[in-house]
Amino acid sequence: MGMPSTATRRVSLGLVLVAAVCLLFGDFEISTHDPWQALGRLFMGLIQPDLSRVDFLGEALMRTVAFAFVGVGVGAAAGMLLALLFRHLWVRTFCAFIRAIHELFWALIFLQSFGLHPITGVLAIAIPYAGTFAKVYAEILDESDPQPGRTLPKSTGRLSALVYTRISLAWPHLVSYTAYRLECGLRSSAVIGFVGMPTLGFHLAGASAQGHYGTVGALLLLFYALIATLRLWVRPRLLPIYLAVSPFLLGTGLPIMWSNVTRFFTRDIVPAPLRNGEGLEGLWPWLGDLLLDQALPGIWNTLLLTQIALVVTGILAMLLFPLISHHFTGRHFTGRVRGTLGHGLLVVMRSTPEYLLAFILLQLWGPSMLPAVVALALHNAAIIAHLVGRRSNEITLRQDAPGGIDRYAFEVAPRVYGPFLALLFYRWEIIMRETAILGILGIATLGFHVDSAIQEIRFDRAMVLIVITALLNIGVDILARHLRARLRLRHTASCEP
Amino acid sequence: MTRLALQNAVADYGEGRVLGPLSLALAPGERVALVGRSGAGKSTLLSVMYDQWRDRGAALMPQELGLVPTLSVFHNVYMGRLDRHPWWRNLLTLMRPRRRDVEEISALLERLGIDDKRWAPSGELSGGQRQRVAAARVIHQGGGLLLADEPVSALDGPLSEVILTALTEAYPTVVLAMHDVELALHYCTRVIGIRDGSIAVDEPSQRLSAHDLLTLY
Repeated sequence: MGMPSTATRRVSLGLVLVAAVCLLFGDFEISTHDPWQALGRLFMGLIQPDLSRVDFLGEALMRTVAFAFVGVGVGAAAGMLLALLFRHLWVRTFCAFIRAIHELFWALIFLQSFGLHPITGVLAIAIPYAGTFAKVYAEILDESDPQPGRTLPKSTGRLSALVYTRISLAWPHLVSYTAYRLECGLRSSAVIGFVGMPTLGFHLAGASAQGHYGTVGALLLLFYALIATLRLWVRPRLLPIYLAVSPFLLGTGLPIMWSNVTRFFTRDIVPAPLRNGEGLEGLWPWLGDLLLDQALPGIWNTLLLTQIALVVTGILAMLLFPLISHHFTGRHFTGRVRGTLGHGLLVVMRSTPEYLLAFILLQLWGPSMLPAVVALALHNAAIIAHLVGRRSNEITLRQDAPGGIDRYAFEVAPRVYGPFLALLFYRWEIIMRETAILGILGIATLGFHVDSAIQEIRFDRAMVLIVITALLNIGVDILARHLRARLRLRHTASCEP
Repeated sequence: MTRLALQNAVADYGEGRVLGPLSLALAPGERVALVGRSGAGKSTLLSVMYDQWRDRGAALMPQELGLVPTLSVFHNVYMGRLDRHPWWRNLLTLMRPRRRDVEEISALLERLGIDDKRWAPSGELSGGQRQRVAAARVIHQGGGLLLADEPVSALDGPLSEVILTALTEAYPTVVLAMHDVELALHYCTRVIGIRDGSIAVDEPSQRLSAHDLLTLY
């Protein structure tokens, strides 16, 4: 008699099957003639970083931190306001839309209007972060104990009541989530350097393109150090000082040309047929061509890459989590040392922005889907493995539980598989958003077509493609939520690392 | 305060009725003890009364106390008067309390024996200490009617008397849910016994003895 198949098993196998089919259509060729030598030089750069140009390294770091603080600060403030209005459908829809657009797309949009002014970088981080903050803050506030609010005197003002009860009750959770997002903000801040902001990514792109791997190594190591020591230098008492000083450390950039701003929003992004007075009759063929020639191939490649990256991420995460699970490392002294090393490895993996990793791997292996899949999987698997590993440490095994592979397959993996799937589904939307954006590096996902349209100064096309990307993300998010509900996987966004 | 009355009040939980229908009236100046087995409906009755009379200035000290664990004892007590100050003063008080408020609240905390914990987060206190903070909050709030659910359940003899004296002094009319029958008879002028969601006993305290109320348990 065969074993009945459960919904969880069917969904898991379904995802693997889809990814396997996608693999047939994808392009995974290494096209550079000596990829391993370049990789070796990169590792040498990490071992022998070139720290001689301290002034320029210092400035890059300072700007990275400043953009992260201002962007995340503005995003958190706006997110809190939106969270208070989150019961309105239009607010929820608005937030879903702005967070479905990656910060690099926002940066590209504002680069065309505000130019290389600091406000471009600040808005690029603040806008999508506000959408995410709003959702998570609203969830956290909803979970707070209603009792203290009930005992307040009847005519207490709404603001006083909110601050003294719901916000105060939720404060520790709000702080820890915001601190986690600050770490994400540092990654985003580094990455917007790739499109011209004066942060780490700018110098990384330059050094990497010129083959200065010593400088690349130094920048990467400094970035890891920055993130690893976050808890040491971001202190609650120092936070107001950082927030007050950061806006003055963004650099001056180039002045805003207000005529550009107006032209961008009133002319450039209006579809060409409408701009030229062809009316709706001209719009449909224009839209049809755009969909057929760019959007559909872009969507196809984005979905292909997303599904492959999702499954590779999942497999890698399930393989990596034992590194930090004491059921496998052991609790005695050497076990703790091994656990700490595992933690270190996962921190380095998740601290590396996937965009940066994909950028470096593309230089080494040439353009194909391979660098993108590897970059997405390494980054996201490290995050999921960290959370699953932490979860596995809460499990108590019976004293005579088997060891080794049997322990993994029969005791631990079955227990963490549900939470693991919930986390993977939560990252699905994030992986897709990142897949789209990696197109800017030359992989033919939606980002590639957006970037080409911008290069050709066809901002109207770029905007339509960005909106399509956002809708695709929202669609995947709805699908993931549906699957989570069907498989009865409990998950709250606030349990992100 | 004018006379307060409940007419055929009921409370349902899921499919089942947990309270009523019952009717009762409170005269100004009355001190009422609600007694009865746990689960008889005392807390539900208090909650119904609060919903009815909150608009008329009733204060509630629930059994779960309703403290904000992350805020200090001072701020939890200050919350009793959030409605008396403009919002900006309330926000300023979160960061830098005014000296006059601190003095006033400290005097109250001193009377209840927890002045030394003034700046401790209420979540870090013991059960008895937290109960006194919740009492201090409703005393600070003041008003015509206090509804308190087991206000001294976590306190021992002398301390529970201090708290009950302070509560009954602060409010002219009080309704206290109590499990200690002796204390109920001593501090209240009227005793209402609840059994299975309805009123089984309703007498002035001087006509009752602890023995009379044993039938409720």
